[in-house]
Amino acid sequence: MALNHDGRTKMREQDPQERIKNFDEVALGYTEEEAIREAKRCMQCKTRNCMSGCPVGIDIPGMIREISKGNFKEALMILKSQNNLPAISGRVCPQETQCEKTCLLNNVKGKKPIAIGRLERFLGDLNIELDEPVIEEKKDKKVAVIGAGPAGLTVSSDLAKMGYDVTVYEAFNKAGGVLVYGIPNFRLPKDVVGREVNYVESLGVKFVYNQVVGRTIPFDYLRERYDAVFIGIGAGAPRFLGIEGSNCNNIYSASEFLTRVNLLGANEFPVCDTPIKILDKVAVIGAGNVSMDSARVAKRLGARNVMIVYRRSEEQMPARYEEYQHAIEEGIEFHWLTQPLKYVGDINNNVKSMKCIKMKLGEPDDSGRRRPLPIEGSEFTLNVGMVIEAIGQKANSVLETGFKGLKLNRWSCIETDKNTGKTNIEGVYAGGDIVTGSATVIEAMGAGKRAAKAIHEYLDD
Amino acid sequence: MNNKIISKNKLASKIYEFHIEHDTISKFYQAGQFAIIRISENGERIPLTIVEAKTDYSRFIVKCIGKTTYKLALMKEGAELLEVVGPLGNPTEVDYFGNVVVIGGGIGIAPILPVARALKDKGNSLTVIIGAVTSEQIILEDELGKTADNLIITTDDGTAGEKGLVTERLEELITNNKKIDRIWAIGPTVMMKFVSAIAKREEIPCMVSLNPIMVDGTGMCGACRVEINGEMKFTCVDGPEFDGRFVNWNELIKRQHQYKEEEEKALENFKKEVGDLSWL
Ligand SMILES: Cc1cc2nc3c(=O)[nH]c(=O)nc-3n(C[C@H](O)[C@H](O)[C@H](O)COP(=O)(O)OP(=O)(O)OC[C@H]3O[C@@H](n4cnc5c(N)ncnc54)[C@H](O)[C@@H]3O)c2cc1C
Ligand SMILES: Cc1cc2nc3c(=O)[nH]c(=O)nc-3n(C[C@H](O)[C@H](O)[C@H](O)COP(=O)(O)OP(=O)(O)OC[C@H]3O[C@@H](n4cnc5c(N)ncnc54)[C@H](O)[C@@H]3O)c2cc1C
Ligand code: SF4
Ligand code: SF4
Ligand code: FES
Repeated sequence: MALNHDGRTKMREQDPQERIKNFDEVALGYTEEEAIREAKRCMQCKTRNCMSGCPVGIDIPGMIREISKGNFKEALMILKSQNNLPAISGRVCPQETQCEKTCLLNNVKGKKPIAIGRLERFLGDLNIELDEPVIEEKKDKKVAVIGAGPAGLTVSSDLAKMGYDVTVYEAFNKAGGVLVYGIPNFRLPKDVVGREVNYVESLGVKFVYNQVVGRTIPFDYLRERYDAVFIGIGAGAPRFLGIEGSNCNNIYSASEFLTRVNLLGANEFPVCDTPIKILDKVAVIGAGNVSMDSARVAKRLGARNVMIVYRRSEEQMPARYEEYQHAIEEGIEFHWLTQPLKYVGDINNNVKSMKCIKMKLGEPDDSGRRRPLPIEGSEFTLNVGMVIEAIGQKANSVLETGFKGLKLNRWSCIETDKNTGKTNIEGVYAGGDIVTGSATVIEAMGAGKRAAKAIHEYLDD
Repeated sequence: MNNKIISKNKLASKIYEFHIEHDTISKFYQAGQFAIIRISENGERIPLTIVEAKTDYSRFIVKCIGKTTYKLALMKEGAELLEVVGPLGNPTEVDYFGNVVVIGGGIGIAPILPVARALKDKGNSLTVIIGAVTSEQIILEDELGKTADNLIITTDDGTAGEKGLVTERLEELITNNKKIDRIWAIGPTVMMKFVSAIAKREEIPCMVSLNPIMVDGTGMCGACRVEINGEMKFTCVDGPEFDGRFVNWNELIKRQHQYKEEEEKALENFKKEVGDLSWL
């Protein structure tokens, strides 16, 4: 069993040189012994500090106690009462800034916090038959859920368990949202998401795929036919830097790049019909999770030289530490404090270079991070064959054109009541990225849980 | 049932018409909109204009140019497409403008039919110019003839109508002092570019339906981005119709060729698999 000097039980991983040739999962999960060992490190603190870091309030000490005794089913039941999708959150939750950050072991010299996420993943992956979910008596009220991302899936399963007749309308041909078309297989295998979706289906939730509400089917049409509506359409529209040359060929948004590969199988072209370029020098702009994912996908497609270009420095990088480490191991290069100024294309308009400027850090900005400032006269040119911009997503403009009457906030996201997800339109609720802007899977789930409760209170009146 | 091919007709060499069952298109379609289709599990998502929608079917007209469109043409009546997402895109802005000239080139003749009909319904006086390489490729002549006040046909080789290009017929109308309040042009990008140049010179608003490469068709990827009047727009949600006078045509043309190599390879492999396709 692999131990670290800081006490933490290591998780086995695929070797970097091997894994850059495949899309299989990188982190391989705990065995039963490893999970029990890790759980036994927990001090069962009375103060339950870890819980204050979890957006959905999981009874973490309770769950860990049961694991340490080998009572996996009990542990899973505790977990599932607050978290519908543990196999997913265990893999993608930014634990190091949430539950694992508030874990008291951080205060013990030389110790690392309990690997709460890994334990969750372990439980989520166990093939344990839980007792059949109790589905309350059928109610004659219908709810439409728009968008099958983590927010929509959570609302749907909670309401279905309460006996409501739930129909999900999803723009794509698969459920999962960013979990299927954004986060790559090597970080979150598609069958893990598929399993969770099957569970939601087993509760009697109906899925209508390939319907873009507000486009292929009017929002009002659904409102007239359902007693309540939940909007969980995510913030999927890409932002672009908008600098000169942005429309050169081979410049992708991360959304396009990842959708081509994750949803349409472009990594298997020509077996799959959707093509993707595989060019040598790839620059990925930005340093969040989306950038790490894009860079690592590009590497797996065979790009020799993949670099991440970020205007701030390593300390301000928003990506999860683990993903950053994995990226380094896979040979991704990092250009810190570098801002692209313009793209230059060749005669066919294929991008061939990128003019950049060096940055330095100034005073803190609104986000509390030190503001990057250009260093005059430090312009230089990077040769690139392909660029992936991963500088953030925003609400799709369909929200404004197709969902008339909804009150939006100043970031063009839906304005809601924090505790209930209630919008300004009666019977219409919203949650997830479409309310908060790009956030996290667990926050989208939390919003889904709160909205399900509020919708139930509204319909039960 | 959704996505079923109710009927398939050959209109000309490599041009096929499909009637496909689809509820939301039948219910909500307006002229100018398109759908994204995917034939099978490993297939690509491609956009196709919805030419007409009735309560029990919607109508598409497709020209075989690459693997997906060839594959579609080989499908049989009764078969089902894996996905049909529609209607997408903004409808054509139909209104009474006065004298309108509607121009369709090649496979672009198909998408102008719904536009021409909608404009006629608003009482516009309608001149329709259609052009193709040769007479065999002229489609929808009867239906457009019934809709237009004046139908002008051109072919590159002179086998039908007048010999020459649609732009020459447009110039002719202008030299004959015909007052034109608005132009619509749909066809090969180069044709739309030249029609737009004439419109710009004459200061006539000129709507074109752009056909960049699309992936999702719902505003979530930016593959379809085009430069309009110096601004970045997404064709699938901000268009597909724009005033051609403000389109950055050269950039669009180059973007359309991004995957040329891959497309050729895909078609070549496909032909090896299914054999000769020249009979289609
Ligand atoms: C590449 C990438 C990596 C990420 N990595 C992490 C990570 O490691 N950890 C983490 O916690 N978070 C991560 N995130 C963020 C996280 O995925 C999101 O915060 C989360 O998915 C939001 O959930 P949601 O349900 O609000 O929306 P989404 O997951 O965006 O789902 C919205 C769904 O609605 C559908 N939809 C959109 N418009 C319509 C419409 N008009 N009609 C019908 N359906 C519609 C979409 O197709 C989609 O299925 C990542 C995001 C990306 C893009
Ligand atoms: C809004 C819109 C409406 C359209 N309406 C029609 C129509 O009614 N009838 C018709 O025959 N064609 C129409 N097209 C064009 C049609 O989508 C392409 O012919 C088709 O995608 C070609 O696919 P392929 O695999 O057969 O050819 P490929 O060999 O893949 O490509 C041939 C050419 O088609 C274009 N193309 C390729 N992939 C795509 C894609 N995913 N999206 C858009 N263009 C692509 C490229 O410019 C390429 O050079 C329309 C395009 C758009 C954008
Ligand atoms: S859901 Fe996320 S934050 Fe909450 S306990 Fe699990 S890993 Fe930690
Ligand atoms: S704070 Fe850490 S050690 Fe304490 S109960 Fe929570 S997980 Fe266990
Ligand atoms: S096709 Fe993806 S945004 Fe238009």
